[in-house]
Amino acid sequence: MSRTRHHNESALLKVERASLTFGGVKALTDISFDVREHEIRAIIGPNGAGKSSLLNLINGVYAPVAGSISYRGQVRSRMHPHEAARMGIARTFQSLALFKGMSVLDNIMTGRTLKMRSGLLAQALRIGPAAREEIAHRKVVERIIDFLEIQAYRRQAVGTLSYGLQKRVDLGRALALEPELLLLDEPMAGMNLEEKQDMCRFILDVNEEFGTTIVLIEHDMSVVMDISDRVLVLDYGRKIGDGTPDEVRADQNVINAYLGLAH
Amino acid sequence: MAQEGMAPTAADTFPKLLIWHARVRPDHPALREKDLGVWQTWSWSQLATEVRLLAGALHTQGVVRGDHVAIIGENRPRLYAAMLASQALGAVAVPMYQDATAPQMVHVFQDAQIAYAIVEDQEQVDKMLEVREQCPELAHIVFDDPRGLRNYDQHGLVSYEQLRERGIEFAAANPQFFDEQLALGVASDTAALFYTSGTTGRPKGVVQTYAALIDRVRAATEFDQLGPDEDVLAYLPLAWIGQNIFSYAQALYTGYTVNCPESPSTVSNDMREIGPTYYFAPPRVFEGMLTQVMIRMEDAGRVKRKLFEHFMQFGRRIGGRILDQKPVSALWRLWYALGDILIYGPIRNQLGLSRVKVAYTAGEAIGPDLFSFYRSLGVNLKQLYGSTETAVFVCMQPDGQVRADSVGPPAAGVELRIADNGEVLVRSPGLLKEYHHNPEATADVLDAEGWFHTGDAGLLDADGHLRIIDRAADVGRLADGTLFAPKYIENKLKFFPQIKEAVAFGDGRAQVCAFVNIDFEAVGNWAERRGLPYTGYVDLAGKPEVLDLVAGCVDKVNADLAADPLLANSQIHRFLVLHKELDPDDDELTRTRKVRRRFIAQKYQVLVDALYGGRASQYVETEVRFEDGRVGKVAATLQLRTARTFSPVARAA
Repeated sequence: MSRTRHHNESALLKVERASLTFGGVKALTDISFDVREHEIRAIIGPNGAGKSSLLNLINGVYAPVAGSISYRGQVRSRMHPHEAARMGIARTFQSLALFKGMSVLDNIMTGRTLKMRSGLLAQALRIGPAAREEIAHRKVVERIIDFLEIQAYRRQAVGTLSYGLQKRVDLGRALALEPELLLLDEPMAGMNLEEKQDMCRFILDVNEEFGTTIVLIEHDMSVVMDISDRVLVLDYGRKIGDGTPDEVRADQNVINAYLGLAH
Repeated sequence: MAQEGMAPTAADTFPKLLIWHARVRPDHPALREKDLGVWQTWSWSQLATEVRLLAGALHTQGVVRGDHVAIIGENRPRLYAAMLASQALGAVAVPMYQDATAPQMVHVFQDAQIAYAIVEDQEQVDKMLEVREQCPELAHIVFDDPRGLRNYDQHGLVSYEQLRERGIEFAAANPQFFDEQLALGVASDTAALFYTSGTTGRPKGVVQTYAALIDRVRAATEFDQLGPDEDVLAYLPLAWIGQNIFSYAQALYTGYTVNCPESPSTVSNDMREIGPTYYFAPPRVFEGMLTQVMIRMEDAGRVKRKLFEHFMQFGRRIGGRILDQKPVSALWRLWYALGDILIYGPIRNQLGLSRVKVAYTAGEAIGPDLFSFYRSLGVNLKQLYGSTETAVFVCMQPDGQVRADSVGPPAAGVELRIADNGEVLVRSPGLLKEYHHNPEATADVLDAEGWFHTGDAGLLDADGHLRIIDRAADVGRLADGTLFAPKYIENKLKFFPQIKEAVAFGDGRAQVCAFVNIDFEAVGNWAERRGLPYTGYVDLAGKPEVLDLVAGCVDKVNADLAADPLLANSQIHRFLVLHKELDPDDDELTRTRKVRRRFIAQKYQVLVDALYGGRASQYVETEVRFEDGRVGKVAATLQLRTARTFSPVARAA
């Protein structure tokens, strides 16, 4: 799979010299990188390299102790997760965050919460504008269900689905926000080969059909190399490589990190 | 005699029928498709408008009379429109199996010299591009669903939407074009090419004319007194003539509504929502539904299970008689009515069969127990006999004369004869014109007097009903000269929900041996309830407990066979459970899922030898092909079992 696409060169997200510490532990040290509009940007690294911390930094769960993050040119030192969501950043979770007892449809519908305008009472009674609003939201959700090919499970409780399908529902919930930037935390973890291939196709299709910018974390290198435009490599909280998949693959530092050479 | 509201004889092609329906019932639903969770309707007039636009667009693409246009995809209204538009231009529709791999499709493209393909989605486009490497004449590829295709820039690729735009422009500039083209079509034109799955050799293109197809669907419509208010569900490949007749040809004749499910995985749900009134499925689909019911019943509570068992047993005695309107005592009728409330009705509803007026099964012999299950539920399931070459309808069972072991008397317009070697010969207006570009094959099946040689062995019983025993070529003899009908034995095995496929060997041998494929869902469920751990198909199929389970089924089949003096010698002496599922991708089954016995015998020669050699176990390694064309290996050591056999039961006088 080769990806030949023309990107808007402007950076959607820029992280400059960001560091993050937990007490005395340095999770991230002096990291700079950017995410361009409409690209698929992968962050890879061995376990404990700081991938999830970096994602949480972008997402606003953590604030950097040094450095800055700018989104659409606006510099932020600290952003709350709900602000991030309002700005069009959605994410999926490595350990799924779904309502197990609720149906697939309702789970994805929760992703629309931020977009709902009518009041609680009107929604509960389904009167007037609230009913119209619900129909409009349902349409968006149905399009996502169709897109992710989970029509057969629409009414099933999420808890009864296989892990691979639950991951798909999680992606659907994030897509319901109609995000500009989608953060995927190990979308392929724990999947078999076929499920991984399916997920890759969905990620590429989301990027292509909706024009969504995607940042994804993964430790399975082979998967990432096929679908991403640029790859950022972390090791022990530091950036050790950044570039196209081919550049990264040839980078001696990256090879050393993955082959476990002395640092 | 034509019924009221039925199409006039002047409408002698499918596009003309379409226009006729658009005039007499413009707002009646022609097609429904579930999209984004909602059933969307295309009325006859909408469909006609769509076909007008599309025909103009295809004309601008260069489609002319006599061209072959491939149609590949699930049942989608737009593909139906594409088929009609091609036919309106005098082109020939070639519906193809959407799950065939590119190399399997190449033969058809070469054989029919296809330059135009109208396909569903990216998956099919990828295959078309692969096919094109060997068939450069495939210049135009139209796709319905643009998803994933945004960055494809290969020449000749055009989306359905773009094509439609061109059609709108063309129709505005040439308002007369469509009607002129329509008038050029005549009944003797070729409507479609159906490539037969071919249990032996390469697929052959069956040339069917409008005259043949329309004559047969007219006979079928009049036979069961169907009208425009029927609903059918279109969920099997359009390339299979069975589906094509029921959801295309007959719908266009009768004007009834065709419903397309949301996706292949939602069929059972969609069927429940639609509640078709006219239903057609090969036995394996009925088998699948029965397996589901059985699995659910095994998980049900004691009371429910007892009720189910009682009423199913009762239904087997009475249900069929009530359907056939034979005399039944008032008390039994009352008891049956109670069963209807408690058991039959709910099951019919679960399966989406509540509204069925007539259901047909064909394509393969149906197990007597399977058949009577549906009839005892009160579903008017009947059998018919026919093939691609006969435009389906050769024999049909009339209401009240339904039997499990026959397929009914010849349908209107059909002449039937049994050749000396037992082969069934047919003369009918629905016969194929020829095999495409294959005069030798045509001469093999169509003789000088116009008889079509079906290749099936059969006999006519005292009431003039046809009984099919097996493929004429497959019926063999055991070494002692007694009859060996492998399919009969296989069907008996397959009635058990735990058994998905079976292959019986015995021609020219002293004894019968069999391969068995477990039904992964049913046996998996069974194993889970027993707390039997397994890692996957291969592991499950090799468990001694599973072998015991299958041995129990084989014993019962043997007991049954022992009761029939003609077949007592066909009892299964040894069997094994295969480590992989037989699969069309590995050429072990045809696309319509018939076992290719000879191919399997060759491929698994070691296993056959081991069975007849009396060995207790055998190591085997098999290549499997995945859907994306990759090849892998499955290896296992199989345990070979000897089954219990029974001495022939003397028939009671």
